[in-house]
Amino acid sequence: MIAVDGLTKSYGTATVVDGVSLTLPDAGVTSIIGPNGAGKSTLLSMVSRILGPDAGTASVDGVDVFSASGREVAKRLSVLRQDTHMTARITVRELVEFGRFPHSGGRLTPDCRASVTSALSYCDLDHLAHRGLHELSGGQRQRAFVAMVLAQDTRYVLLDEPLNNLDMAHATGVMRLLRRLADERDKSIVLVLHDINYASAHSDRIIAMRDGAVVADGAPAEVITPEALEDVYGMPFTVHRLGDDLVASYFR
Amino acid sequence: MILSSPTRTTAATVAPWVAVAAVVVLAALSLAVGVADVSLAQLFTDPDGQTLLLLSRWPRTAALVLAGAALAISGLIMQQLTRNRFVAPSTAGTVDAATLGVLVSLILFASAPVMGKVLISTAFALAGTAVFVILIQRVQFKDVVFVPLMGLLLGGVYRAIAEFFAYRENLTQSLGTWMNGDFSGVIQGRYETLWLAGAAAVVAYAFAHQFAAAGMGRDFATGIGVNVRRVTAIGLSIASFTTAVVVVTVGAIPFLGLIVPNLVTMAIGDNLRRALPVTALAGAALTLGCDTLARVLILPYEIPVGSIVGVLGAVVFAALVLRKGNRYVTA
Repeated sequence: MIAVDGLTKSYGTATVVDGVSLTLPDAGVTSIIGPNGAGKSTLLSMVSRILGPDAGTASVDGVDVFSASGREVAKRLSVLRQDTHMTARITVRELVEFGRFPHSGGRLTPDCRASVTSALSYCDLDHLAHRGLHELSGGQRQRAFVAMVLAQDTRYVLLDEPLNNLDMAHATGVMRLLRRLADERDKSIVLVLHDINYASAHSDRIIAMRDGAVVADGAPAEVITPEALEDVYGMPFTVHRLGDDLVASYFR
Repeated sequence: MILSSPTRTTAATVAPWVAVAAVVVLAALSLAVGVADVSLAQLFTDPDGQTLLLLSRWPRTAALVLAGAALAISGLIMQQLTRNRFVAPSTAGTVDAATLGVLVSLILFASAPVMGKVLISTAFALAGTAVFVILIQRVQFKDVVFVPLMGLLLGGVYRAIAEFFAYRENLTQSLGTWMNGDFSGVIQGRYETLWLAGAAAVVAYAFAHQFAAAGMGRDFATGIGVNVRRVTAIGLSIASFTTAVVVVTVGAIPFLGLIVPNLVTMAIGDNLRRALPVTALAGAALTLGCDTLARVLILPYEIPVGSIVGVLGAVVFAALVLRKGNRYVTA
């Protein structure tokens, strides 16, 4: 379980995350949605200790995120963020090997190699393993990062807008892969999403934020409702049931 | 499994052996070339030859290998940690700060042993480089090319301070020898400090994975449990120490730390554990080659090797800046 208690972050007079307390489960897919500036990514950055909070605590299975050693946290929690400045020319396999760092400190054991190989094939990247990361398409690269997180073999996986800049086929591919990780590997996947319909289709739980606070939290059926969504985004929604999916419409 | 990019993989496997071969051949050539007319065989068989080998030829060749490898590795580490391909001891103010340090140690503690000079010079180099790193982290640049330009500017400030004191103390000539590497004075007993740079290179190799992780970016490194601040401090200390050792013993070789890592990673990619040894060997090979050239071009006189590498380095540097179309644009 990830326990977040009173996390707060301000920039000047603007409070971006305002005393958020919540617990994240140790299994399943949890999506965090909300308008721009709601504090979703800031919250995720604090839980993944990339950003220090002004107040509050966060712990992963009882390990304090901010005071424990980086490696101890990295064995429990992995982070996938938007790679805005990926300039390193390394191969897909070399990237995935970075995932073993918290376990081996860089010197790969035979176990490490095996887990890298299995992560690559799980993400359907065997044939691209020796390709340079910079040669891949956006969707392939995102899969490579997921493979790295898989090799890191943590119970919790935090992803910040993993569908950014992906076309529909790649976005769906990444979401299916994450869903599979939760179902088959017993992982807890926590992700910030902009597309509420992807959240609706793939999540076990949806947390909606607005103005630095959690305003709705529950199963998709509870959050993907016209009332809840209007409250979060401040615009009208209609929600349709299509097969198993709840689909929110807001285009007109 | 290897279905794609065969050329890249081939380059990565072949590169270390090519580099080893280049170092061996160029080292043999370096041993064989000199004012005294001795063949390579005589160096090992003839008693006079053996004396020449032990006192002069071998020390010079060893010094070239050590200094070249050390500076190239320093450049690679600095490029990795700052995530900028243009950062190297000569473009980040490190060399100038190290020079200022030697000068200060000479003025204040004239009788300090070599090791004392190295340590004071290291401290200056580290402080000077830290100023640079903090500056480039604080200032947002529109173009990555501004980063080394600022380093050169900062280096100019350090050098100006050094020149001011050197002028007053009548040491301007020494200043020149520290800034521009010259191996003509290397004989037995006057280069051994360079082995420390070799040792620093081995330490650097042990940290290669951490440097590589830090080079992927702060967020990335934090995610896999790497303490970026600590790793950066270690890396810059190694680079500063290495630069200081080279400056104190033979003088800096301009641009070597810039061009060698760039050429090597262009050929074999950025996997640091693989790139580090190849960079060391390539740095050694380039220094050996240029020094041999420096010795034969105007026989029986010599050109300082720093001048030759500097000319070559400036050309490659310009080429790198101009072909920044692809991976050199990160800002």
